[in-house]
Amino acid sequence: MKEPTVRVQKIKKDTIKTRLIFFGALALALLLCSVFCEHLTPYDPYVQDLKNAKAPPSLEHLFGTDRYGRDMLSRVIVGSRTSIFSTLLLVGIVTALGTMVGVFCGWHGKWIDTVLMRISDMFLAFPGLVFAMAVAGVLGGGLQNAIIALVAISWPKYARIARSQTLAQKETPYLKAARLSGSGTWKIIFKHILPNIIGPILVTSMLDIGTMMMELAGLSFLGLGAKPPTAEWGSMMSDARSLLSSVPWVTLAPGFAIFISVMIFNLLGDTIRDYADPKSGGR
Amino acid sequence: MRSPYRITHAAFLTSPPGGYFIKIFLKKAKKYPPPGLPLWLGIAYNFTVRFGYLCKVGENNVRKYVIQRLIQLIPVLIGITFLSFAMMRMAGSDAITEMYGDKGAVAQEVIDAKRAELGLDKPFVQQYFSWLGGMLTGDMGKSYVSGRDVFKTFTSKLPATLLLTALSILMTIVISIPLGVLAAVRHDKLTDYLLRFLSFIGNSLPNFFVAMLLMELLAIKLGWLPVISNGTTVKSAIMPTLTLAIAMSAKYMRQVRATVLEELNKDYVTGAQARGVRSRVILWRSVLKSSMLTIITLLALSIGSLLGGTAIIESIFMWDGVGKLAVDAITMRDYPLIQSYVVWMAIIYVLVNLITDLLYHALDPRIRLGVSEG
Repeated sequence: MKEPTVRVQKIKKDTIKTRLIFFGALALALLLCSVFCEHLTPYDPYVQDLKNAKAPPSLEHLFGTDRYGRDMLSRVIVGSRTSIFSTLLLVGIVTALGTMVGVFCGWHGKWIDTVLMRISDMFLAFPGLVFAMAVAGVLGGGLQNAIIALVAISWPKYARIARSQTLAQKETPYLKAARLSGSGTWKIIFKHILPNIIGPILVTSMLDIGTMMMELAGLSFLGLGAKPPTAEWGSMMSDARSLLSSVPWVTLAPGFAIFISVMIFNLLGDTIRDYADPKSGGR
Repeated sequence: MRSPYRITHAAFLTSPPGGYFIKIFLKKAKKYPPPGLPLWLGIAYNFTVRFGYLCKVGENNVRKYVIQRLIQLIPVLIGITFLSFAMMRMAGSDAITEMYGDKGAVAQEVIDAKRAELGLDKPFVQQYFSWLGGMLTGDMGKSYVSGRDVFKTFTSKLPATLLLTALSILMTIVISIPLGVLAAVRHDKLTDYLLRFLSFIGNSLPNFFVAMLLMELLAIKLGWLPVISNGTTVKSAIMPTLTLAIAMSAKYMRQVRATVLEELNKDYVTGAQARGVRSRVILWRSVLKSSMLTIITLLALSIGSLLGGTAIIESIFMWDGVGKLAVDAITMRDYPLIQSYVVWMAIIYVLVNLITDLLYHALDPRIRLGVSEG
């Protein structure tokens, strides 16, 4: 293939920048919406109004009401806090834990490396969702346990990336020089290794936000995540699924909310990947 | 990079040193184990020698690779079973607490006697091995809820899940391969953008939401299909299959497109074009032929994750497979059932991945004939 000229490369980079700003703004809007969700709701999401139950979407209730007469728009907005925050927390924990284990393995080497990598092999041998379901089932439902379950299945991936990156860094001349000049282990890890390997890891975690959100919602949908009175998109959908034929909007509104936020985070992740590595663009 | 054909440590230890004369010696040894040995030692010797022979003089790289992979399988399988066992033990309830938990006060002696009878007073590792032995002989205990044999229940539901998986994969192939190839051929044209957009949407849709949309559309609005399945009939299989296939197609269309695109950018394609070979011929005879192997491998590798992903879909559509069984077991805290589901799904997953990997190596002539990637 012909190498693109410098000019073409620059134009490509500029478009990616525009995309980055655009999707970044969208994701930020989503985040702000979940932070200030109480002030955005037209009605109280937990107040029941049985006279007005199962009302179809109208000007008063844009997404209609559920079987207890709760306003769906308010519930979807409030649900964003649980769904988005817990997803971000989950991704944060997985990234931190996986990176820690990976850097430690790569740096220390020897038997600790072998043992931890064999353990991660074991975790990778399970089909993801099956294992998460079992962990969540054993720990009992609840959002916290669903997060633990998903952390348990996803850390090996990050550990592997961090480990291979650390190993590559370890061989570079500057790091050998740093060791020779007497820098301590912690200084080397935090000052030299981490800043150099964090890029690819962060890109991976940005790409994973959408998937994690879907998996978390899936666990909630199965009743293994947030419990019904809490407004969470997955459990809201599952709660109303027996009424799909009579009041479809109660199920579909939180579904579209998941879809749109997953899409925004996926677009953002793709753009960040393209920005970090323009060669992968369009693939 | 480390060569995939390196003989593993274990195989190395069991294999005698190589060389032509030793080969001949080994051939003889294979037939006649040394005299004067007890029978079991003779058999063990024979096996060791055969195994070593296979590793050492196998002309075929594939054979070595197979053996290496089989050896690697052992610790993984032990890990899987141990992890599943330990997890259920950590749950903090065993058969005894389930049995007497809600019946008020039961004399401690009765509990202790039952505990001893079921072997729950033994040390953890010993319990693990007896459980493992039971698992290998198809005895995985009885369900806490229904009291039926767990393994029998599991195997009776497995065919439905396998059927669903097979149908979804078939449909994924039918949808994603033609579309992916089309997108690659029409690279950066309108069709390509449209297909990429569709696959992006498919990737962002959670599968339970797709299930709900399909239910709303096909079953409720149009009334073509029953809302929930009544037995494993063709009509009730359509919606779950479609749901699983949509999510998978969206993902695989991208991979097919990327694979074909990579092949299209190789030098031989340009060469063929320069010689005036028609592009249709290039596409069908060369490009598709050489990218098909990767495409099929990618699809086969997804079978395992699909087997796990069916759980939600099965419970939505009331498809009577192991996924629904597991979800029900989780809500009722029926630990033996959950345990058998986790263990067997993991084993199936590992085996499917292994077979795929081996087939890939066996089918690729470059690897089969030991030619290095050029």
